[in-house]
Amino acid sequence: MVQLSLPKNSRVGKGKHHPAPAGAKRVKTFKIYRYDPEGTENPRWDTYDVDVDACGPMLLDVLIHIKNDIDPTLTFRRSCREGVCGSCAMNIGGRNTLACTHGWEEVPGKEVQISPLPSMPVVKDLVPDLTLFYAQYASIEPWLHTDTPEPQKEWLQSETDRAKLDGLYECILCACCSTSCPSYWWNGDKYLGPAALLHAYRWLIDSRDEATGHRLDDLEDPFKLYRCHTIMNCAQVCPKGLNPAKAIAEVKKMMMERVV
Amino acid sequence: MTEATPGLRARPLSPHMQVWRWHLTMLTSILHRATGVALYGGALILAGWAIALASGPANYLFFMTLLGSPLGRVVMFGLTLSIFYHLANGIRHLVWDAGAGLDIKTANLTGAAVIAFSVAATVVVWVIAFMMGAL
Repeated sequence: MVQLSLPKNSRVGKGKHHPAPAGAKRVKTFKIYRYDPEGTENPRWDTYDVDVDACGPMLLDVLIHIKNDIDPTLTFRRSCREGVCGSCAMNIGGRNTLACTHGWEEVPGKEVQISPLPSMPVVKDLVPDLTLFYAQYASIEPWLHTDTPEPQKEWLQSETDRAKLDGLYECILCACCSTSCPSYWWNGDKYLGPAALLHAYRWLIDSRDEATGHRLDDLEDPFKLYRCHTIMNCAQVCPKGLNPAKAIAEVKKMMMERVV
Repeated sequence: MTEATPGLRARPLSPHMQVWRWHLTMLTSILHRATGVALYGGALILAGWAIALASGPANYLFFMTLLGSPLGRVVMFGLTLSIFYHLANGIRHLVWDAGAGLDIKTANLTGAAVIAFSVAATVVVWVIAFMMGAL
């Protein structure tokens, strides 16, 4: 269901302000979404005036600087700090991206606003609950299905067939795409979302997979696949430069091709 | 999926529309829906016109006066814009369904082209209507 406003318990109030240290030469304001699950208050926007000369160029550097030197209660996920693990996916300046590969100077506007991935249940601060997202990924059965007996050594694939997986296998499941999609915002419980569908296509197009028919049957549903309205937010924000919208269009084509 | 860990309160929903910085493709998508809805209204107006035409000169004159009023003209202008936009963007969707034009650069470009076309075509139609004395 389309729900333009936030539920009552989710409206974001005004929070604390953390002024810049005295003597800071270059100061940038970061407005960060805070939610304390153990408290009783609604989420709030805290603002941090950060001495940007004291930290690295990436948004993750800024977040770590805030946690280390300004406010140790700030909570966020991070791991690889080089765009491979997908942990630090969040909404920065109104767009989903990875904090580790996005420079704070790239964000337009006077202040940099940071909130959790959109339209997700918030565990704490910038940490969303991705249970549903992972369950949807699991639901497309992201592994090789075969009927023919296993070969002695390995399943072979021509170079041309292998190339069909380029632009698909690179996905790191950071959830930037799915949580950028208004269709997923309104129907996230029924629509699989761009990430799961990109992976669905990754297995559909794999020359070694023998369950194409079964996979397509499973997606033949008014919601799972067809809630994609080509809004293209997924491709616009993918930090790996992938194009889930294109993958979804290819799945729709496969659906069509098997009936005509 | 919104149930919280036992002992903790229900999790809030993170902001979506409230924080999102729009893309052109997002705008063209919602405009497609909006113009589609507007054209349903337009179809009713067209049906009303046919009924007025069939029910005698007095009713027809009344209906045409209604359409010719300032508000009627605004509605008709909006419908002209809607039909051209929906047509052009519909073609864009057909091309997408064929699997083409889905890279970001092309999608942004065709989005801008669709908006430019619908505005230009609407202006042309209204200029022609004006020159023919229909306004």
